[in-house]
Amino acid sequence: MSTSSTVHSTSRNFKNNARDQLANEDLQAALNKARGHFVDGRTTARDNLPEFDALRGQARDIKDHTLEHLDFYLEAYEEKVRESGGHVHWARTAADAQRIVLDICRSVGAKQVNKGKSMIGEEIEINKALEADGIRPIETDLGEYIIQLRGELPSHIIAPAVHLTKAQVETSFRENHTELDPDRVLEEPISLLDEARTILRKKYFEAEVGITGANLLIAETGSSIIVTNEGNGDLSQLIPKVHIVLASLEKIVPTLEDAATILRVLARSATGQEFSSYTTLSTGPKRAEDPDGPEQYHVVLLDNGRTDMIGTEFEEMLRCIRCGACMNHCPVYQSVGGHAYGWVYPGPMGSVLSPGLIGVDEAGHLPNASTFCGRCEEVCPMHIPLPKMMRHWREREFESHLSPGSARVGLGVWAFFARRPRLYQLATGLQMRMLARMGRKRGRLSSLPLAGGWTKYRELPAPQGRTFQSRWRSGERVR
Amino acid sequence: MSDGPRVALFVTCLVDLFRPSVGFAAVKLMQDAGCTVEVPEAQTCCGQPAYNSGDRKDTIAIARQVIAAFEGFDYVVAPSGSCAGMISKHYPELLANDPDWAERATVLGGRTHELISFLTDVLEIKAVDAAFAGTVTYHDSCSGLRELGIHAQPRALLDGVEGLHLRELEDANVCCGFGGTFCVKYPDISNNMVANKMEKILATGAETLLAGDMGCLMNMAGKLQRDGANVRVRHVAEVLAGMGDEPAIGEPQKSEG
Ligand code: SF4
Repeated sequence: MSTSSTVHSTSRNFKNNARDQLANEDLQAALNKARGHFVDGRTTARDNLPEFDALRGQARDIKDHTLEHLDFYLEAYEEKVRESGGHVHWARTAADAQRIVLDICRSVGAKQVNKGKSMIGEEIEINKALEADGIRPIETDLGEYIIQLRGELPSHIIAPAVHLTKAQVETSFRENHTELDPDRVLEEPISLLDEARTILRKKYFEAEVGITGANLLIAETGSSIIVTNEGNGDLSQLIPKVHIVLASLEKIVPTLEDAATILRVLARSATGQEFSSYTTLSTGPKRAEDPDGPEQYHVVLLDNGRTDMIGTEFEEMLRCIRCGACMNHCPVYQSVGGHAYGWVYPGPMGSVLSPGLIGVDEAGHLPNASTFCGRCEEVCPMHIPLPKMMRHWREREFESHLSPGSARVGLGVWAFFARRPRLYQLATGLQMRMLARMGRKRGRLSSLPLAGGWTKYRELPAPQGRTFQSRWRSGERVR
Repeated sequence: MSDGPRVALFVTCLVDLFRPSVGFAAVKLMQDAGCTVEVPEAQTCCGQPAYNSGDRKDTIAIARQVIAAFEGFDYVVAPSGSCAGMISKHYPELLANDPDWAERATVLGGRTHELISFLTDVLEIKAVDAAFAGTVTYHDSCSGLRELGIHAQPRALLDGVEGLHLRELEDANVCCGFGGTFCVKYPDISNNMVANKMEKILATGAETLLAGDMGCLMNMAGKLQRDGANVRVRHVAEVLAGMGDEPAIGEPQKSEG
């Protein structure tokens, strides 16, 4: 799998990151508040649509078919984009994508770029690249705007500021919007929204370039689709002279009909809405008869390691539509939040995708930090077997001797005995009797050498005494 | 000898080592239902510690050993959704490309069941003859729930236990934070998960917590006891077998075994 030199991740520090986030009271409060909203929303949306599960199956099949004929559909798409007057740029790496975007911006002398929400923008760190080139990126999605003010990264793929409380947002607004009346009331979420809207409205007209992501690309028409709830994407892409779509290549689907099927499961899985408030299709630049629209329309198609996943045990990950349901339902994500994961994609989907994109040596903790509870797979609208693929990463790690030495030795000793039943029974029988004796008075142990991970937070229940097998073999039966 | 099915008990490593009474409860429940129960000797563990650590080679060796030891029976039954799921769902996947073992793994997988669902779905037991006075709550262990679809079965049987009142647990389907080696590799996260679980358990006001998997039970019992909560924790099979008067998990034994 390829690694990109432009990415900065702290995934190696996952354990420490997690510890910090567990101690972060604001984060814990924010997560608690959001959790019920997402989980209940999805459940209701699913219950209200009897064909929901059938649609999931169709959505999966559409993506599987597309991935099987990926080159065909991508070429067809490129052709259609060209016919409609737009340009497709192929970017093999994050650095390529950065360079392409910068070249386009420079060609029109851009000073400011307005951005709709784009995870690919995060993946290629486009804001940093723009800033280094003297171009001001303005995030127009409310959540992205908030974290841009705070100099943070998104902590969720559809709700970038989900890790913040309302009070934290209010503080950031007061610190940044100093031109406004310091005595204004900002308690309600709606007043925060209104304030952001007022500030952003002015900025929409200042940019030369608008960058958006894409939820789907349509081979049949050469269109890109974005879904938003704020309508900010429309303003970002329609007003400036140039519209750049940043998309990874697996966003492609064959037809509009296919896109409609996927959209029917997307919002329901993400927020529990039947449909997002805005579903915007763009096809090429402004035509002669159009009243408005951009003069130039560019699509940057990013690979960045994705095609390397095709034909491997990770291929199914490319079905992901970035709905976020897996993280909304993940007890690990819900404990530590998105920043702990240390790179762009958090939660179960990130635990599978990140090792593929930045390397398992960098992101190896992520697929390990799962109980395999299976809730992510259960809710994934695209039926992606996330736990199975996390296990495959562990296998790759184990094979390449990346897993920690102490764990390997422990496992090796255990496996030696597990493969030799008689020795196993002898050894465990002795151990259990010893443990039982140690815990006889209280029935449990509060500390035990080599079991610190367990007894740090829990008692260890003492064994009842002799093992079941030894009691059974010596003739004991049910009373 | 009954002429009912011949069942091999896969006792599971945690029951074998920590809580043999669950094994005896499983034997009783199946014998009461007319089964002949045997305990094959060559059993250690289903291999999940290796499997979930990415050690495919050892897992496959253990899987073959289990298949060889258990394939001569009508059924294989384990008092754990997680180990039953390992044998019934994962062995066939692991050995799918092994011409000598693929078929054997699939056949054994098809005959392997988790205890409670075996009683209700295969043996079609509607009620057990047991009494247990008190209010209990029930946690759905992840593998049993999501790999094997076990949800209604334990509730149906608990419903028939005299004197038992079940109070449902909020978020009963959310992981308790055990996850095998997860709980020792990521203790801080695991602790947060089991703390959330404990909060919901306490909110039910139940005196007893039941579940069908020893790993989850030891995790929750250990946390409840560390934090001084007064909730007793038992495997559901013990209550169904009328063995609910054993000291609960982590409580002192009456006399040494
Ligand atoms: S893996 Fe599935 S649930 Fe998670 S974001 Fe992707 S499509 Fe949604």
